[in-house]
Amino acid sequence: MLSFLFRRLLQTVPTVLAVVLLVFVLFSVVPGSIVSSMSDDSDPQVEERMKKQLGLDDPVYVRFGKYIAKLSTGDLGTSFRTREPVTTMIAKRAWPTLQLVFAAMAFAVVIGVPLGFIAALKPGGIVDTLAMMVAVSGLSIAKFWLGLVLMYLFALKLGWLPSFGYGDGGLKYLLLPAVTLGVSPMALFARTTRAAVLEIMTADFVRTARSKGMSETRVVKWHVMRNALVIILTTVGLQFGALMGQAVVVEKLFSWPGIGSLLVDSVLQRDIPAVQGSILVVVLAFLAINLLIDVLYGVIDPRIRYA
Amino acid sequence: MTGTPLLEVEDLRLDLDIGSGRVAAAEGVSFRIDRGETFGLVGESGCGKSITALALIGLLRHPLSIGGGVIRFDGKEIQHLSAAGQRDLRGNRIAMIFQEPMTALNPVSPVGRQIAEMFVLHKGKSWREANRLAVEALANVRVPAPERRVKDYPHQLSGGMRQRVMIAIALACGPDLLIADEPTTALDVTVQAEIIELMRNLCAERGTAILMISHDLGLVANVCRRVAVMYAGRIVEERGSADIFRAPSHPYTQGLVASLPRLGSRAALGRARLQEIAGVVPAITHFPDGCRFNPRCVRATEICRTVAPDVDLLEAGGLVRCHHHA
Repeated sequence: MLSFLFRRLLQTVPTVLAVVLLVFVLFSVVPGSIVSSMSDDSDPQVEERMKKQLGLDDPVYVRFGKYIAKLSTGDLGTSFRTREPVTTMIAKRAWPTLQLVFAAMAFAVVIGVPLGFIAALKPGGIVDTLAMMVAVSGLSIAKFWLGLVLMYLFALKLGWLPSFGYGDGGLKYLLLPAVTLGVSPMALFARTTRAAVLEIMTADFVRTARSKGMSETRVVKWHVMRNALVIILTTVGLQFGALMGQAVVVEKLFSWPGIGSLLVDSVLQRDIPAVQGSILVVVLAFLAINLLIDVLYGVIDPRIRYA
Repeated sequence: MTGTPLLEVEDLRLDLDIGSGRVAAAEGVSFRIDRGETFGLVGESGCGKSITALALIGLLRHPLSIGGGVIRFDGKEIQHLSAAGQRDLRGNRIAMIFQEPMTALNPVSPVGRQIAEMFVLHKGKSWREANRLAVEALANVRVPAPERRVKDYPHQLSGGMRQRVMIAIALACGPDLLIADEPTTALDVTVQAEIIELMRNLCAERGTAILMISHDLGLVANVCRRVAVMYAGRIVEERGSADIFRAPSHPYTQGLVASLPRLGSRAALGRARLQEIAGVVPAITHFPDGCRFNPRCVRATEICRTVAPDVDLLEAGGLVRCHHHA
């Protein structure tokens, strides 16, 4: 197990390097820079001086070399915009994003998985039809639209929840953005769970379980659930990655001070160190979650063992 | 035998819903099994033998359903029991072994737990006690080092070992009837004999009756005292297993017996081709009128094409369903 973990960690190194290189190259070739984005009446002399200060006048490969050298010591550089170390900026914003993504995920799993289970127990029934209607809608709704509707309803009309912002970081601030972000994975989990359970219900070992004289509830509890979990887990793992990406929209919409909104602002102002740092952290988080999912596979499914 | 038979099946009809209506996948199926008896049901795939078994244990699922007839177990009609009543019988008094030991066990549950479930379900044992009994049950089916094996998952066991686990599950509660649906078809020939022997011995010790289902007439005749041959959803002949080889009565049974390779026959009869039964089994939706075997039968006459034959009692004991039986 330990050697498996070590190998998996090593395997992430090339992925991380590739991402770093890609982001770096991308921002070296797009037109515009922090300098041009800061003032309209550009004085060539001032521009030159700024570029020199920020190290932007070096050739790309030199800049990349310097960046990698700093990165290896854990230094993500200094923001062009705020002059703060990028690590500090990200540290401040990591927690809100984690809160948002995990809350959305919890909402999606807690609602979606049982919904799929219930739907699968009576396929074609009323519950199934309604659940799948919810699921299809959930997958098709645009997040920014849903966010706005929720805001209008629960903040403006009913006044139950704050419309945006982080406030004191309390639950009432988290609720609307988390639901907005969680609706589409919830719908996806409902569908995946339903499909998985329906398939497992036709398996030979379920027939064996019935031949033992088990009630359907027991059959599901003792034999179907754990098998379905393997499939659900895969979807959950993949969705974590997607959620980090989608969080960008939701954070911007609800003025949520997370990495997503940091990323958007930094891109707009060509704050390359901040962009690179944010993307790197998101990628690392994604890789870490996938590693965790792989380990969980082994716990749930004995056929998967890591040596 | 005295008293009520263990299992009585009378005029059972099984319907298949094909969307545009229902067709009888099996009909007029009648047989009885006494306590501790061994009874075989033989036929080609699709003849209705497996669904008959599923009907007996109450596991028919849509699109199949019981369309008529009576199944009496220990004097009580199974169809009229409540769902809970049926579950009390299932596993506890009627147990079943399936063909595929590969997929018939839950891949993510240790085999010991899958055996222990039986004691929790039917004997009201605690998990702790049930797990201890599971070790004993594994020892009974001659699995070496059972106290370690209970923790194994199905994929860690060989096909033969898995089928032993299936037998341990089936016999856990000491059932009165064991239904074995092609229990050795998926196994190596060398393992087959071991498993059959084990199953037969354990059932004989416990007084458990066996209903064995197979396409293999030789195997069934070897295990069972009486054999019924099914063709296209009907039982065409039922005999003592020695009789069925010595003097098969129905043309279909004769064909089956003649198609079996026999050791030493080449010396006696020279190099001859194995006989086969001409034609194929009709599709369930296109069973012919009259006797369902008539298109393939060498003895077929006009009456065979129009009138379905009734059951005839044979003088030597047994039943046959043929207008021109031997």
